Amino acid sequence: MTKLMEWLLAVGSVFAVWFALITKKVESSFTKQYFTLIFYSPLFFGISFVIYAAVIVLYRTFTFNNCEEAASELQKEIEEAKEELNKLGYKVPLKVK
Amino acid sequence: MFDFTKIIWIFLFLILGTSKDNQAMGKKVENNLNKYSILLPTYNEIENLPIIIWLITKHMDQSGYDYEIVIIDDGSPDGTLEAGKELQKIYGESKILLRPREKKLGLGTAYIHGIKHATGNFIVIMDADLSHHPKFIPKFIEMQELGNFDIVSGTRYMGNGGVYGWDFKRKLVSRGANFLTQVLLRPGVSDLTGSFRLYKKDVLQKLIDSCISKGYVFQMEMIVRARQFNFTIGEVPISFVDRVYGESKLGGSEILQFVRGLLYLFATT
Repeated sequence: MTKLMEWLLAVGSVFAVWFALITKKVESSFTKQYFTLIFYSPLFFGISFVIYAAVIVLYRTFTFNNCEEAASELQKEIEEAKEELNKLGYKVPLKVK
Repeated sequence: MFDFTKIIWIFLFLILGTSKDNQAMGKKVENNLNKYSILLPTYNEIENLPIIIWLITKHMDQSGYDYEIVIIDDGSPDGTLEAGKELQKIYGESKILLRPREKKLGLGTAYIHGIKHATGNFIVIMDADLSHHPKFIPKFIEMQELGNFDIVSGTRYMGNGGVYGWDFKRKLVSRGANFLTQVLLRPGVSDLTGSFRLYKKDVLQKLIDSCISKGYVFQMEMIVRARQFNFTIGEVPISFVDRVYGESKLGGSEILQFVRGLLYLFATT
């Protein structure tokens, strides 16, 4: 099963249950008591997810490591490499173009 | 979304990595009969090539693992191939293999071309632009041995991993795209678009044969298909230092390419 099918199946089943409840195909004292809540629940879950996603993404953006040390270490190694390569007899080839 | 076995592996790895004394490590390397072929696809990397080769030899010689470097140059007009020949003279033909191609033919075929000529039983794939530091290769190898993983992937998104040279917008886009991918595909791997990885040779061959995407979506497809085939994947945090020489890219067309790739994988895997 592809991820698309998995999503359609999951969203489809939840939607079917919700639809059965709001169209009163299935009724109980619980659904009668909380009808408005059930009716707006997809909106509620949707907004919650968007907030969750935004918080997670922003948090991870702010805590994304700035590898300052790795960068300065690399710069040092590049200088070292150029020196060593010179000693080893490396000659930069002339541009062929 | 959290894969606990993976977290445990990384934990184990960190503990072992810090407590291991040098003697034990020397022994381990001695018992390792594997050979690691490092594939370097290049296009106009005349500045970076000598430096990356020097870095690879430095860190791999230090680690003691058997290795070779396969340079696959796609007919660079700047003389990258000539630089490779220079380096081959210094480091020897058994360490540096030059397997150039006439023109730019894409990453997937570059890997196929490289694998054909590689003599190792493990393949390391990395960029030659200095954004991937060779010091991580021995860590990949240790991680691979620890769990006998089919693939070890570098990750910028976990542990000590990270990036250098990215502004807020770039980080936000990267994190957002990664979050979306995690939600939609649940790949079980934290870094899908990175291309610094270690593969068992036959595993890489099989993956390349089954992947059709181009560009960096190709890296995503490789790792997602790997999950499909039930290959095991280990992860090692890496620091990604964005292009030192040359230009880095993140434009509208890259984002569009990413979205299309994501939808393609969403519908087909």
